[in-house]
Amino acid sequence: MSNDIAILGVGMHPWGKWGKNFTEYGVHAARAALADAGIPWQDVGFVSGAATMRCGYPGYVAGATFAQALGWQGAQVNTSYAACASGSQALAAAQAKILSGECEVALVVGADTTPKGFLAPAKGYRPEDPDWLRFYLGITNPTYFALYARRRIDLYGDSEADFARVKIKNSEHGFTNPNARYKKKFTLDEVLNSAMVADPLRLLQICATSDGGAAMIVSSMDYAKRLGKTNPVKVAAVSTVTPTFASAVVEMPDIATDSAAAAGVEAHSFRAALPVKAYEQAGIGPEDVDVAEVYDLSSALELDWYEDLQFCPRGEAASLVREGVTRLGGRLPVNPSGGLACFGEAVPAQALAQVCELTWQLRGEAGDRQVSGAKVGITANQGLFGHGSSVIVKK
Amino acid sequence: MSDKPVSAAIDGWYSLDHEQPHLIGAQCTVCGTYYFPKTISYCRNPGCDSSSFNELPLSREGKIWSYTNACYQPPEPFVADDPFVPYAIAAVELEREKMIVLGQVIKGVGVDELKVGQPVELALEALHEDDDTIKVTWKWRPQA
Repeated sequence: MSNDIAILGVGMHPWGKWGKNFTEYGVHAARAALADAGIPWQDVGFVSGAATMRCGYPGYVAGATFAQALGWQGAQVNTSYAACASGSQALAAAQAKILSGECEVALVVGADTTPKGFLAPAKGYRPEDPDWLRFYLGITNPTYFALYARRRIDLYGDSEADFARVKIKNSEHGFTNPNARYKKKFTLDEVLNSAMVADPLRLLQICATSDGGAAMIVSSMDYAKRLGKTNPVKVAAVSTVTPTFASAVVEMPDIATDSAAAAGVEAHSFRAALPVKAYEQAGIGPEDVDVAEVYDLSSALELDWYEDLQFCPRGEAASLVREGVTRLGGRLPVNPSGGLACFGEAVPAQALAQVCELTWQLRGEAGDRQVSGAKVGITANQGLFGHGSSVIVKK
Repeated sequence: MSDKPVSAAIDGWYSLDHEQPHLIGAQCTVCGTYYFPKTISYCRNPGCDSSSFNELPLSREGKIWSYTNACYQPPEPFVADDPFVPYAIAAVELEREKMIVLGQVIKGVGVDELKVGQPVELALEALHEDDDTIKVTWKWRPQA
């Protein structure tokens, strides 16, 4: 039997620094997704919210917060928190409810309101919290992105210009996206002359934090059929695996990796494990993928994802961006939405925003940024504390 | 630097031996997995159910896995000099422990002087000062 669920509707609140309550963005996105699905709110049997840690108690119980704001109607409710993968985990909860037959149609929604500047930890003297500790020692999020980027330069011969090409590509992709925050096409000079933040990464190669909201209406294939949607875009896989011990790449917010010194223990890469599970669930391989949305927290990190998604052998990703393979019009466009480069990160909404974009792409509704003939799309993202996700959607 | 007394910025994570400082780790007595920091109650190797650990000094020397710097002042709880002085950061592979440990690089060494694979050793240096003491932390220093 099929493990697919149907994507009936998607919707977003544009990304920006709007300064409003996160609930407003979530409700805006949810109403847009309901309208796109063409179903009444009362038909939703499960509300699956992605939590935000920055907006107080209503953010911790985001599922209920959105359900109340849309009007209590007795749906079952869930809230997921998995850092940057929160949206995917909320989607996985809806997928499980639908495939188990417990509900037919679910709303998945995430939204955030973000402060200015670096993301900072909670206050107090808390050396037992690795997220507190690394900031005390002077290690910020860009530190980790820069360590990965530097390795690409020293091991594979990538250049700062390669990283800049990723930013330029994404800025061209997002230029006409109505939901993107930054709509400006950058030149190589502009990127390479922006301020150095964490060598070799410059300001224009590191993603900002944004306000935004994204939502999806998903259902059983039967329910979609009864609505007359005979060939909807489907969710074929949601991977939210943990790392495998020994996780050998130093990850936010840790100060050290696992040790691989014990007999029988091997070093593993967490990022590479995420799509492996997704490909396995969907029963397809990297050669089937037409379009991808990946987490370009930095421009250099997008290149790591090409290799983790098995689009090319390890160390060869820069050639894909140099040759235009991953730009619109290329063989395998990556981040047609403009990616985090054009959005900035709205943590609980971001993984869902990736799936919204792929849904528009597979429906052929992406306008100027349409990837022609796209039938299979994959997302990849990673966040704090061993969280990450990879979602596969197909026509 | 002032002549205030020196104390650890984080208690119990490293020795205060300024000549030969070392990180204080732990090792599982059953499977041999190393831990840093040492605060561990149950072994995290999924194939090991041990809850017994020995405290031990970690290797003082390692090789740079990667490196970067901080060109802008981090947010609190980081305590910055005024004016802020950028510093380099290294992720260092310890061969025996088969793990990578992050840390600042000692003052005066910039990213131009670092490369992947370069040997480094542990040093102690001020992280910041408060009214009474100089708070020191571990840093990585390129080997001569």
